[in-house]
Amino acid sequence: MLVATAIGIAVNRDLLSVVMLSSIYGLLSANFFVTMDAVDVAFTEAAVGAGISPLLMFTTMAIVGRYEKLPHRWSLSALVLVSITGALLLVATMDMPAFGAPDAPAQQHVAPRYIEQSGQEVGIPNIVTSVLATYRGFDTFGEVTVIFTAGVGVLSLLMIGDRATKPLSSHLLKASQHKILRIVSKVLIAPILLFALYVQFHGDYGPGGGFQAGVIFAAAIIVYTMLFGLDSARQVIDQGWVRVMAAVGVLLYGAVGVVSMVNGGNFLDYDVLAKDPIHGQHYGIIVIELGVGITVAAVMVLIYFSFAGRLVDRGHQDD
Amino acid sequence: MTDMLLTHYNYWVVMVLMMIGFYIVIAQGNLVKKLVGLNIFQTSVFILYISAGKVSGGSAPILDDAISVYSNPLPHVLILTAIVVGIATTALGLALIIRLREAYGSAEEKDIQEQNQC
Repeated sequence: MLVATAIGIAVNRDLLSVVMLSSIYGLLSANFFVTMDAVDVAFTEAAVGAGISPLLMFTTMAIVGRYEKLPHRWSLSALVLVSITGALLLVATMDMPAFGAPDAPAQQHVAPRYIEQSGQEVGIPNIVTSVLATYRGFDTFGEVTVIFTAGVGVLSLLMIGDRATKPLSSHLLKASQHKILRIVSKVLIAPILLFALYVQFHGDYGPGGGFQAGVIFAAAIIVYTMLFGLDSARQVIDQGWVRVMAAVGVLLYGAVGVVSMVNGGNFLDYDVLAKDPIHGQHYGIIVIELGVGITVAAVMVLIYFSFAGRLVDRGHQDD
Repeated sequence: MTDMLLTHYNYWVVMVLMMIGFYIVIAQGNLVKKLVGLNIFQTSVFILYISAGKVSGGSAPILDDAISVYSNPLPHVLILTAIVVGIATTALGLALIIRLREAYGSAEEKDIQEQNQC
């Protein structure tokens, strides 16, 4: 089914259906991840692949135009190149370990240690969270910084020539004229926010954590923006404040590292945060997950705001 | 050969998806479409990693006394963050497309190249 959807994307010329298909594709791959036991990943993919990413593409499409210009044709040279690469990869797969084999090299190195020791060393049941926040805390710090940087990049690209708040164009008002959509979403927004908080703080025990919670939280705000227009959303959430929050998340993460250094440990060594190392680990993980969640949510909201802001500006120019 | 098919099908799914994404990226002119292709390519890599972490009979890596076999948590961590970083970079790409469209009046690769040659 994944393959069929992907082929559909390749063949279709109407960008609207391409984006719809890519949303379905995201949802399908989330299902695929659940069957592969990767519940945390499925969570993220469902929120990102089926939610945020198509939304951003729709907004871009509204600016760039819906149809591809050139008539679609099969490019022979590209097809040949792709077939050759595919054949080479096919040969390469012959050497790979069988699917699900417990003795595959990937299962040998550090994974057994994470599975066997993390229960005593970190003291939380969700191994994914403990690896993410503790053993690979540096990596996660880097990734949060990458997300922050991407947010800054989008802002600097789209905020050039940013003018003061303008009256809303009819573009974004359209959705608010659908009564059913408006009322149903109004009811839904509060539970989505609540669910995001649950995911955030329950990440130690079940699937979830800062990344997922941030994306879900941002999704709720984006739904609100789509329904009531950018201006009313900006009234509820000040954009300057969101910018500050994006930085606060990264700083919060870094601050945990600094505090653990001040307490005599290594950077991001949570053992020294409390008298009992296990408690220290818990504090550390909760705070850095909070940092991750804040940054992710703020950056996603910022990105959507700046995209939608472009749309409003353009709609204004066209009038 | 049939044996091979049954034990390695995950790699082949990944490969087919990867090649579809690759084809979209190199053969199609519309920049938004190219980004969708890049996303497909990216997801195929995610699936490769996650399927490498699967252990037959294993369960999701959340500790419980009743379970003794877990799937490998490490690829999950890597891909979890990669997905969120992926959407951030996709957003950056889309922002670039919007700027290009404003500068050239088109989101087609060909139009942009023609204008550059003039």
